[in-house]
Amino acid sequence: MTDASAPAELLRVANLHAFYGESHILHGIDFVVNRGEVVTLLGRNGAGRTTTLRAILGLTGTREGSILINGRETIGMATHAIAHLGVGYCPEERGIFASLSAEENLLLPPAVASGGMSVDEIYAMFPNLYERRASPGMRLSGGEQQMLAIARILRTGAKLLLLDEISEGLAPVIVQTLSRVIRTLKERGYTIVIVEQNFRFVAPLADRHYVVEHGRIVEAVTMAELDEKMHKLHVLLGI
Amino acid sequence: MFDLLGITPQALYSQLLIGLINGSFYAVLSLGLAVIFGLLNIINFSHGAQYMMGAFIAWLGLTQFGNWIGSPGMQINYWLALLLAPLLVGALGVVIERTMLARLYKLDHLYGLLLTFGIALIIEGLFRYAYGVSGQQYEIPEVFQGAIDLGFMYLPKYRAWVIVASLTVCLGTWFVIERTKLGSYLRAGTENPRLVQAFGVNVPLMITLTYGFGVGLAAFAGVLAAPIFTVSPLMGADLIIVVFAVVVIGGMGSILGSIVTGLGLGLIEGLTKVFYSEASAVVIFVIMVIVLLLRPAGLFGRER
Ligand SMILES: Nc1ncnc2c1ncn2[C@@H]1O[C@H](COP(=O)(O)OP(=O)(O)O)[C@@H](O)[C@H]1O
Ligand SMILES: [Mg+2]
Repeated sequence: MTDASAPAELLRVANLHAFYGESHILHGIDFVVNRGEVVTLLGRNGAGRTTTLRAILGLTGTREGSILINGRETIGMATHAIAHLGVGYCPEERGIFASLSAEENLLLPPAVASGGMSVDEIYAMFPNLYERRASPGMRLSGGEQQMLAIARILRTGAKLLLLDEISEGLAPVIVQTLSRVIRTLKERGYTIVIVEQNFRFVAPLADRHYVVEHGRIVEAVTMAELDEKMHKLHVLLGI
Repeated sequence: MFDLLGITPQALYSQLLIGLINGSFYAVLSLGLAVIFGLLNIINFSHGAQYMMGAFIAWLGLTQFGNWIGSPGMQINYWLALLLAPLLVGALGVVIERTMLARLYKLDHLYGLLLTFGIALIIEGLFRYAYGVSGQQYEIPEVFQGAIDLGFMYLPKYRAWVIVASLTVCLGTWFVIERTKLGSYLRAGTENPRLVQAFGVNVPLMITLTYGFGVGLAAFAGVLAAPIFTVSPLMGADLIIVVFAVVVIGGMGSILGSIVTGLGLGLIEGLTKVFYSEASAVVIFVIMVIVLLLRPAGLFGRER
């Protein structure tokens, strides 16, 4: 799936500042995600990880700095135009539409690139969603909503997935399912940025971790450095 | 039974027909308001003025257009007006949305209401300045002159057409919103426009077109109304107060609710005229008060 001639870097965020009204939330975020990588943004509550994902999509107030997606500067682009560069977003609150059925939710996001998964492939990956396809979005359980929120961005052809706290509040078996899903997606060549609180969930999945604190990246840890920096990570994350 | 109550069947049927006609207008107008409120979160107080403009475009096209272009025989006929008025008023709506309403979305509902109320006063004032308050007659199109004999009553053809056309437009709109892909964007956009935009839908454009469509519906109703009611600058101001009561009763933002409530209240108003005509002007407002007390979100509305 990855094009050999394309540059390795899919997302480059440089000196990103973001605001909600008057509040200055991000103070110069820098990080890079290469094609096919799974990268996490870790940090304590309120560190600015959700805001970072939202800023990438232009969903915050004013934002400054640089966000290159596939080599294109997007800092001045409208939200819907950014999505069409092949970005899929799974928000922290999941964002399942209550007035739409599960299947309407699945079919809602328009295609943003070629090569999205077919509805059959998606139902094969998430059998529960097939059974619940006619239910109104608000009737789904938390786990079903989370799967639906991920499933619906796989249909669109987006290759860069921004996933916010997908394991939050879910039972361990569902978290295991999600971790299998992430592995499958990685094998299929997706590039994934995961915001997480649950370090144990993402540690085995990710190529790299970035730690966010007070709106800045304060530490970067590759998989190879994980053992050596474990203590430092524990201190930073308070675990 | 009719004798007992001291009314004739003819009186009952004719009032029910008038109720159904009024209900059709309530339905089309409150549908437009519901669509606009759903996506824009704005209570469009200029809806009545936009309805009035629709009627005026029809009247001007039929009686003045020829003079304007210097060949008095030329006319914009009824059918053309039915197409042209919604397009013109919709286009003006697009301009209003882009230049003014778009700046208010982050603020309270009240600002949108005040702005559109001001716009209504300006539009109505301009028309009053140009054409006076006395009102103009619009002739019923030839194909619709006369009446159909239903056996128990005569049904004027034009009134039958108004009911058919309104219901068709209402059901068509309902179908698009509830059963199509475009409609699913609208419904989702009503819940969470930012997320729909993050999925790649051009939501600002959708909002603009939705406003254009909603006020286009008002203009469509205005053209339908031109041959029945007097075309005057204040025709919308009188009607819109009742339509707002209809919207409150049905529940702000509910599509099917606004259609059903509009028709139902038209009929109730008609029946009241038969049985206790003194109350007919206030019955809708009485129902509104009762509904507000018992179900503040309206009969079909959801609490938000
Ligand atoms: N809509 C908002 N308006 C104002 N401040 C916000 C908003 N959303 C988040 N914040 C603030 O921004 C900071 C970072 O929040 P967030 O990005 O959600 O953190 P995280 O996802 O790392 O827990 C917090 O201090 C939070 O209070
Ligand atoms: Mg968060």
